[in-house]
Amino acid sequence: MGTAEEHPKANSWEPRIVAFFCNWCTYTAADLAGVSRLRHAPNARIIRVMCSGRVDPQFILDAFSKGADGVLIGGCHPGDCHYMEGNYKALRRVQLLKRMLKQMNIEEHRFRIEWISASEGERVRTVMNEMTEHVRKLGPLGLPKKFQEWDKEMEILERTVNGKEESVHA
Amino acid sequence: MHDKPKVAFYWCASCGGCEESVVDLAENILDVLAAVDIAMWPVAMDFKKKDIEAMEHGSILVSLVNGAIRTSEQEEMAKLMRKKSKLIIAYGSCAHTGGIPGLANQFKREEILQYIFEESPSTINPQHTRPEVNYGTNGSSVTLPVFFNVVRTLDQVVDVDYYLPGCPPTPKLLKQALDVLLSGNLPVKGTVLAPDIALCDECPKKDTKPSDLKFTEFKRPHWTTIDSKICLLAQGIICMGPATRGGCEGVCISGNMPCTGCFGPTSRVKDQGAKILSALASQVEAKDEKAIDETLATIPDPVGTFYRYGLPSSILRRKNF
Repeated sequence: MGTAEEHPKANSWEPRIVAFFCNWCTYTAADLAGVSRLRHAPNARIIRVMCSGRVDPQFILDAFSKGADGVLIGGCHPGDCHYMEGNYKALRRVQLLKRMLKQMNIEEHRFRIEWISASEGERVRTVMNEMTEHVRKLGPLGLPKKFQEWDKEMEILERTVNGKEESVHA
Repeated sequence: MHDKPKVAFYWCASCGGCEESVVDLAENILDVLAAVDIAMWPVAMDFKKKDIEAMEHGSILVSLVNGAIRTSEQEEMAKLMRKKSKLIIAYGSCAHTGGIPGLANQFKREEILQYIFEESPSTINPQHTRPEVNYGTNGSSVTLPVFFNVVRTLDQVVDVDYYLPGCPPTPKLLKQALDVLLSGNLPVKGTVLAPDIALCDECPKKDTKPSDLKFTEFKRPHWTTIDSKICLLAQGIICMGPATRGGCEGVCISGNMPCTGCFGPTSRVKDQGAKILSALASQVEAKDEKAIDETLATIPDPVGTFYRYGLPSSILRRKNF
């Protein structure tokens, strides 16, 4: 996955949102939004998971570290989980992860969880549009590029050390 | 060559506890010394960098390097040891996952220098003196290593062959590792030389862990009377056991202290902090947002707790500046 900056139209940055949607509710709602021909921001890459409780916090961190500017989780309303408890587990993880991301200086509007039932196609549109606008205001998160920048400080020494070593063994 | 295989020890950003653990081999250290020559060991023996530079590339069988990489000197030495050694072992938490020094990845370099040289309660520095990389006086000049912006694990700087986890690794694991390496029967490159299963599996209190923990609050060990026979998680104390590799044989837990995660994750886990966060949060009893937040608020410092030894090797690596 390349970064937004590598995109041919580098100047027209668009928010990149990774959306984890539960198979039973939110994914079906997104499908409904599609067949209802609702227009909404095209910025989310949807990943279908069987349950919002399947979303490991590692997936969220991975998405950010690989270039996502925002992460959205969609699950069933409380009490409606196909697996009884999955969405509660998701909510608890999200609440703690939000605090942790704040400590790591990742803005709170970059990460959101929403309950959207299979019949709420309209809600998918609203949430996607809102989230896209929030993230657009924040600008790119750009972690892949930051990792590269952080590691530039190593390249400088690499050159000087290797240069010295070669002369010792010349 | 009739020489015995050469072994080297080196330390980077670390506390010295890893060196201590080598000495903790006790009488076993005699067997080790009988089998190998020590090529370098700054804490105990007088070898200089130039001695190592003069050696042939790859002439050291194995170098055990402890400590994270924070300065240009540490990076340079790590690279030198890499060239001269057939095998590099990241020894201890700091080299393996970043360790306690890695917690500094929550701060900018400038924030750290400002606190240390100006703001800390024990600092008197009216002239705002700061260390300089180059300093010249009376025609001579001295240089100091560069203090990097980021704390790194050893494998973020040089190619690492094996890892010995722990803060510090136990003498038993070190002995096993040396035996394996000297036998020539090498494990797959990249192996962490400890069991690849969570600590709970070898925990002496394992049988008392309930299937659902139903947390209503998280207690801090120093404010809590701990029942020595019962799983610490069942008592509401954060124990990193479920997200931490075993191999220490539960030394902390046997001393009635929770695991803080120094052995790092198992091979199936990429981010130890995210995993323990998941394990703890999902077992909170509350179902509505407010009550969930109240329970979780009893964890005052998620990053410092979940990444105590592993921030540099975590997915995010460092606070987003």
